[in-house]
Amino acid sequence: MSDASNQNKGPIARFLSAPPDSVGKTVFIAVSLCLVASMIVSAVSVALRPLQEQNKLKDKQANVLQVAGLFEPGMDVLEGFSVFEPQVVELETGTFTDAFDAATFDDRAAAADPELSVRLSDDPAGIGRQTKFATVYLLRNDDGSLDKVILPIHGYGLWSTLYGFIALEENGNDIFGLQFYDHGETPGLGAEVDNPRWKTLWGGKKLADEDGSLQITVAKSVPPAGADYHVDALAGATLTSVGVDNLVRFWMGEAGFGPFLENLKAGEI
Amino acid sequence: MAQTKRDLLVDPLVDNNPITLQVLGICSALAVTSSLQVAFVMALAVTAVTGFSSMFISVLRNQIPGSIRIIVQMVIIASLVIIVDQVLKAYAYDVSKTLSVFVGLIITNCIVMGRAEAFAMKNPPIDSFIDGVGNGLGYGALLLVVGFIRELFGAGSLFGITILPTVNNGGWYVPNGMLLLPPSAFFIIGLLIWAVRAWKPEQVEEREYKIQVVEGH
Repeated sequence: MSDASNQNKGPIARFLSAPPDSVGKTVFIAVSLCLVASMIVSAVSVALRPLQEQNKLKDKQANVLQVAGLFEPGMDVLEGFSVFEPQVVELETGTFTDAFDAATFDDRAAAADPELSVRLSDDPAGIGRQTKFATVYLLRNDDGSLDKVILPIHGYGLWSTLYGFIALEENGNDIFGLQFYDHGETPGLGAEVDNPRWKTLWGGKKLADEDGSLQITVAKSVPPAGADYHVDALAGATLTSVGVDNLVRFWMGEAGFGPFLENLKAGEI
Repeated sequence: MAQTKRDLLVDPLVDNNPITLQVLGICSALAVTSSLQVAFVMALAVTAVTGFSSMFISVLRNQIPGSIRIIVQMVIIASLVIIVDQVLKAYAYDVSKTLSVFVGLIITNCIVMGRAEAFAMKNPPIDSFIDGVGNGLGYGALLLVVGFIRELFGAGSLFGITILPTVNNGGWYVPNGMLLLPPSAFFIIGLLIWAVRAWKPEQVEEREYKIQVVEGH
């Protein structure tokens, strides 16, 4: 492009006809492309967030239904979910609290709120801060007696925090099922926590022995306490299995739902 | 360009299929073909990404500095992939959970980069878009064929609807469990490449060497 022809053009046309490899143009293209791309990506992400949140909530409710053994493919999740009675539990005392609306209380947000959570010094589950309050779901028989309780659990595996539910029978000791609904473990290895065959291993296991000490464990071999307290570890996913072991023992122990389970056994719920 | 727009769209389906002829994008084809539904969504996602990334790259092709052109292409492709991922999470949550990382890995799919570098950098936007869509569909067509075989014989169903009732559910069909594992896709794709090349011998590559008979002393 000769100088003479350049003089007849406006600044934009002159810029466009400049050789693409000049330093100024390289920097300009790089910066402006990144700006435009990031704006588009964030706009899409913000616009779609409400729908995604709704999907996540629905997925969580479907998981509560699944862990309680009530889920059928194609069912109306919202309607099915209404059989549960959500309650917010104060973990320290193990009693229900009316300070929050159980239908809208957000455990994850609470765990990040300094007012509603404590920093853990002894933290086997790797969760950093623990919420003081947690939402549990009660399932009652027709006569109003308790059938099952579904407790939220979470903890660190290999790459990610696993979020899930454990369903217990009314005696607060027999496990009905366990299921994770959100995690980022390795597909094919740690992500086998989603494998239906592995999940069925949890049914019928017991948390604590007759003396009341917590015995449940995820391990390669059967512990001395017996097979009733043992869930086989996942092959090829040692750290995920250790994580699941830690988080189940943490949440079922003193620092987690221990006081609540004591109350449950005493028949005070 | 001697190719018409129709050629650009139809050629990659069989004659210039990115998987069977160019043998690109095999990795994700192994991972996402265990069921037809997942393969179908993945095919749509890849088609959308190759089409639009080729188009945008082609619009910018005269302005992209040669020194950073791969990075520029990656930024465009990556942005599109994130958008596709977000849309899937909003409108097809279950499928997006199954696809998990593989949507993100479309960024590294050689077909997308290959079309950007080989075609979109040299051709006008509309042609590039059609070329991208054609290659995405070529990839998608093969995914669907592989997904069809794997789901039908591995799980006895198509799109989740039972076709061959399996023994586990009280039927008569003993499913071939290996077909649900990724290695089986290797065999199926290999057999498909063989079949396509037997049908169209012009796709067979020339030998890189020839055994010559040298007269002995």
